[in-house]
Amino acid sequence: MLRYSIIGAAVVALFVVLLAIGDNYLLRLATTVAMYVALASAWNIVGGFTGYPSFATAAFFGLGAYACGVAQTYGVPLILAWILAGAVTALFASGLGLAILHLRGHYFAIGSLVVADVLREITNSWTSLTGGGMGMNLPLIGGSTGSQAQFYLLAMVALAGLSLLAAVLIDNSKLGVALRCIEQNEDAAQVIGVDTRRAKVAAFTVSSLLVGVAGGIYASWVSYIDPIDVYDVSLSVKPIIMALLGGVGTIAGPVLGAFGFLALEELIWRNSLEFHAGILGLFVVVLVVFLPGGLRSLQGRNIWQLATAAFTKRWA
Amino acid sequence: MMGALLSLSHVSKDFGGLRALDDVTVSLREGEVIGLIGPNGAGKTTLVNVITGVEKPSAGEIRFAGDRIDELRPDLVARRGVARTFQIVQPFPRMTVRENVAAAALFAGGAPSRADARAIADQQLAFSGLGREADKLASSLTLAGRKRLEFAKSLAAQPKLLLLDEVNAGLNAAEIDDALRLIAEIAASGITVLLIEHLMKVVSQSCRRLLVLHHGRLVADGETTAVMKDPRVVEAYLGQRYAERQRELAK
Repeated sequence: MLRYSIIGAAVVALFVVLLAIGDNYLLRLATTVAMYVALASAWNIVGGFTGYPSFATAAFFGLGAYACGVAQTYGVPLILAWILAGAVTALFASGLGLAILHLRGHYFAIGSLVVADVLREITNSWTSLTGGGMGMNLPLIGGSTGSQAQFYLLAMVALAGLSLLAAVLIDNSKLGVALRCIEQNEDAAQVIGVDTRRAKVAAFTVSSLLVGVAGGIYASWVSYIDPIDVYDVSLSVKPIIMALLGGVGTIAGPVLGAFGFLALEELIWRNSLEFHAGILGLFVVVLVVFLPGGLRSLQGRNIWQLATAAFTKRWA
Repeated sequence: MMGALLSLSHVSKDFGGLRALDDVTVSLREGEVIGLIGPNGAGKTTLVNVITGVEKPSAGEIRFAGDRIDELRPDLVARRGVARTFQIVQPFPRMTVRENVAAAALFAGGAPSRADARAIADQQLAFSGLGREADKLASSLTLAGRKRLEFAKSLAAQPKLLLLDEVNAGLNAAEIDDALRLIAEIAASGITVLLIEHLMKVVSQSCRRLLVLHHGRLVADGETTAVMKDPRVVEAYLGQRYAERQRELAK
């Protein structure tokens, strides 16, 4: 707990410094990384703690974004619109969870993947409410560009903190024990009395709530959303890569992964627009083969030990 | 007067065209230690699966302590006091031995808090002879250790009925003797035990009553020594020709 507090304090200090500097590029990067922390930590509750490879993040993000957009269009105050975005997404996810969480492994992954496509088509078709393919403009908040950027950074950091808090609380609760039992052996978990369906739906709902709020904040931040942007499949894939990069199923892993992923995104992919999807694929393969435990597994080991361990294990 | 703790009435289970259990009717009384034997594929594990809710019976009904349980999910059956071990041990590999047992105490055992669950786990680990392994990962245990862990997990669930599915498979003679002592102590505590076994030594030492399944049918139910001499049981285990020869020799 002390270690988490120190990490948390360091991250908050970093964001305070960024707020003080006030550079727009840095503020955008910081807001993005806070959003990534929230998305990766939220995904980790389902994908890491429970072991269910969910590809529904884009669906929840898009639904949250549009719920917030519609709410704001009807005059709901900003913060309330974000809360509403989370509530709508959580409600949708609890129903969806009851329908698809009996599927396991690849079947669940495919089932969760198509949800974003279905929601995108509904959003595209429901022009009177969502603006359809033309997208939706959201009301701008007052103040200078700089103060707006600082406001959204604070909002995303608060959400990232909330996501981490949710992960820590779940990890230390009865639900956390149930999820870890499910992740390691679902049949054995049932036989020792774990209500697996309830635990999985609870995890899915909490995770979706956080992602829905992230979608809402994102929609207000960029002030214009369209179905292609907010239901983009990369929103489902990126949190998984971040969690893999940092360490799946851990508290700190998704945070580390979010920072690492943003660094890679900025340094490599922005300089390789043509091949960035290919590089992303290669990166995942390298990650899974050489660093299955994520960056956290590097703790206490030097690179040479790690490299030789990976080679010894695979080719000895 | 001991009442029926578990009763199966005309229970069948079909997997497509295969009838794994065929019209099984049997009752287990409180405090009994009952053996269940049968050749491979006789339906022993399927019987455990339908009792624990892992499989739903295709026909018939199952009552536990007077209530129907054949429509319940496995977690609800477990919370009512039916615990089982698996033929192929099923620990949570990346949890410690203590965490494995505490999880069973927390959910099926109904421990009020995680601290209480850990205390119950420590008691059951000491009872099962795993006290010194409590902080090890479950995946690091030997086969005998994992079998003991299955015992400890199922006992932490505070069961009224314990279904032990081939807990001695793969163990050496000394380890089997240890397991027999453990089973005797569990039985002495008043828990009803259904012991699914291949080893005659184990059932003859532990059980006064023996059930025999063959092709999904209950072909014998009675006092252990009498059942072991039953020609239908001999035929089921050693084949028709051997049974006929035995009958001729007896004449």
